[in-house]
Amino acid sequence: MALPNHTPLNYRIWHYTYLTFCFLVFFFLIAPLFVILPLSFNAEQYIHFSAKMLALDPEGFSLRWYEDMIFGTKNPWGLATKNSLIIAFFATIGSTILGTVAALGLSSRHMPYKAAFMALLISPMIVPLIISGTAIFFFMAKVGLAATHTGIVLSHIILGTPFVVITVTATLSGFDHSVTRAAASLGSNPVNTFMKITLPLIMPGVISGALFAFVTSFDEVVVVLFLAGLENTTIPIQMWVGLREQLSPTIMAVATCLIVMSTLILVTAELLRRRSERLRGINR
Amino acid sequence: MSQEQILSSDGIPLQESLKKAERKNKLKALFLVAPLFLFILIIYIFPIGDMLFRSVDDRMITKMLPKTFIAMEKWDGKDLPEEPVYEGLYEDLSLLKKNKTFGKIIARLNYEKSGFSSLIKKTIRKIDKLEEGNYKEQFIKIHKRWGQSEYLVALKNTAPNWSYAKYLKGVDLKFDESRNIIQQDEDRRIYKTLWLRTINVAFWVTIFCFILAYPIAHLLATLPMKYSNLLMICVLLPFWTSLLVRTSSWMVLLQQQGPINDLIVWLGWAADDNRPELMYNVIGTFVAMTQILLPFMVLPLYSVMKTISPSLMRAGKSLGGTPLVSFFKIYFPLTIPGIGAGSLLVFILAIGYYITPALVGGASGSLISNNIAYHMKSSLDWAFASALGTMLLVGVLAIYWVYNKLVGIDNIKLG
Repeated sequence: MALPNHTPLNYRIWHYTYLTFCFLVFFFLIAPLFVILPLSFNAEQYIHFSAKMLALDPEGFSLRWYEDMIFGTKNPWGLATKNSLIIAFFATIGSTILGTVAALGLSSRHMPYKAAFMALLISPMIVPLIISGTAIFFFMAKVGLAATHTGIVLSHIILGTPFVVITVTATLSGFDHSVTRAAASLGSNPVNTFMKITLPLIMPGVISGALFAFVTSFDEVVVVLFLAGLENTTIPIQMWVGLREQLSPTIMAVATCLIVMSTLILVTAELLRRRSERLRGINR
Repeated sequence: MSQEQILSSDGIPLQESLKKAERKNKLKALFLVAPLFLFILIIYIFPIGDMLFRSVDDRMITKMLPKTFIAMEKWDGKDLPEEPVYEGLYEDLSLLKKNKTFGKIIARLNYEKSGFSSLIKKTIRKIDKLEEGNYKEQFIKIHKRWGQSEYLVALKNTAPNWSYAKYLKGVDLKFDESRNIIQQDEDRRIYKTLWLRTINVAFWVTIFCFILAYPIAHLLATLPMKYSNLLMICVLLPFWTSLLVRTSSWMVLLQQQGPINDLIVWLGWAADDNRPELMYNVIGTFVAMTQILLPFMVLPLYSVMKTISPSLMRAGKSLGGTPLVSFFKIYFPLTIPGIGAGSLLVFILAIGYYITPALVGGASGSLISNNIAYHMKSSLDWAFASALGTMLLVGVLAIYWVYNKLVGIDNIKLG
């Protein structure tokens, strides 16, 4: 962003003000996340930077909160992690299958009332979670699925499908339908065509939708707050409970692990997006 | 037009066989959408309908006092009712006592008119001692309020099966004894403030997000790829990070002994023993929500700005426009679709926000969602929670409709 030599002074000032402002906004976006990392290695039991930490004294840092997170007596994180993974796994599979199949139908040019169906299927993403939580709670209580993994998985499938529908329809929008017609003319049945031709081509969209569904389920706290019993506690629920009581360094340790996880997911999602754009021949 | 029909190879008119093929394709598409559609219909749309139903359902008293209400149909509701009403009351209340199910009715009736609680409790305690016949006199002997017509009128007022009283309560109104709509008592007026605060916070968070997002979206869209990809991570990492993690980082930053307060003290803006409260009030809600929702504004703006050719601005300048004029005449109007998409998305998300206000908002920074959760989990007034939820839902769906008209729901961009 170097400016040419002949740039007038007032424009120069304006330009650097603009860059500074942008820098501050990026800082505002990203810095809060990095406050958590050093605090999780705090040797003391407080959530602020000790003098030793600021002096970068090795004694100021320790792994004790990570030990507490994993081995601590009576700690809920083991059960919570197990539950979160189980729920997110099944919710992701359910959302991905239902969402992908629906996206195939929605992308067909023969689909009637496309906009109305789309609006309805996306609505769980738009309706405030507190309303979804209330409504789903009434339903699950009625059919006896409150405080069960099944109930939570079903509600997370609902919340995850909009993302899959959006990402897969986006991938299908650049899809060349002549390849499936070619397969059909060569004698392939529709299922075979889907498995061998369509699915590999839309795979990047399916996987990034699945990632969204996974993160949605793994992060989701409002609906689980309504549905979960003690046995169904998840990582977000435990964080919620912990944050309501007091900030503890153990929570910072858990948060750090979650940040590492989201970084990995971000990298995967970005790689997929670029691959998908290459496959669909969109070059920017 | 010649009416000679073109036939396909199997002898069926082409038009017909085309129509048939079209119908088949249509069914095939519908068949693919059907599983998800039915799933969402059963587990999501019907329950939301059930929620609407609960918010107006007021059959509880009518169900619990069936004989009383049948007898009341003949009463004009002016003077004291005749014997049959009291006889109905005797039979209904005896049954409730036998089944021990009078708790709910006491709460509900006391909500209608205070004083009912002691009236019903005393009556139920003494109801076994009543002799047959002449119940009216015996009831009035148990409690003199049975002889005051206003209590019986209040009881009769609960007869309709449907009631929108919960919605009135949601906007600080209520029914008085003669079914006129009046203002809620002054000390119980909280919902108007709460709605206004929710809209206010959502509005200002949207404005702040816009002010912060516009320049950085512009920078991301105009920088060369290799730099912008790196900076994009700053937008996408928070987007992918758990909401609770981001909220907890704000709790760390905003706490009394936290880094921001340290900075304020160090700069000399506040004394060390008089650190400002940045959290558990509306400031906390504002700051945290702005940062958390910022990516939802940046991404739509970015995807629109990316499509604007830089030569347009150069053309503007070459025609003599100052940078400011070319910006407002050329660039800004082209970004309006992105502004609309981002603002509506942020506003919709902000207006229903629950987690962040609950953790950093305290009492003065809590929003309507927090109140819904309170009535669901603590006060257990589910009908009222449903009514508030329905009101919020109507608002959100209205914005969603506008969004759909302006942006098109299939144009939502994710990452």
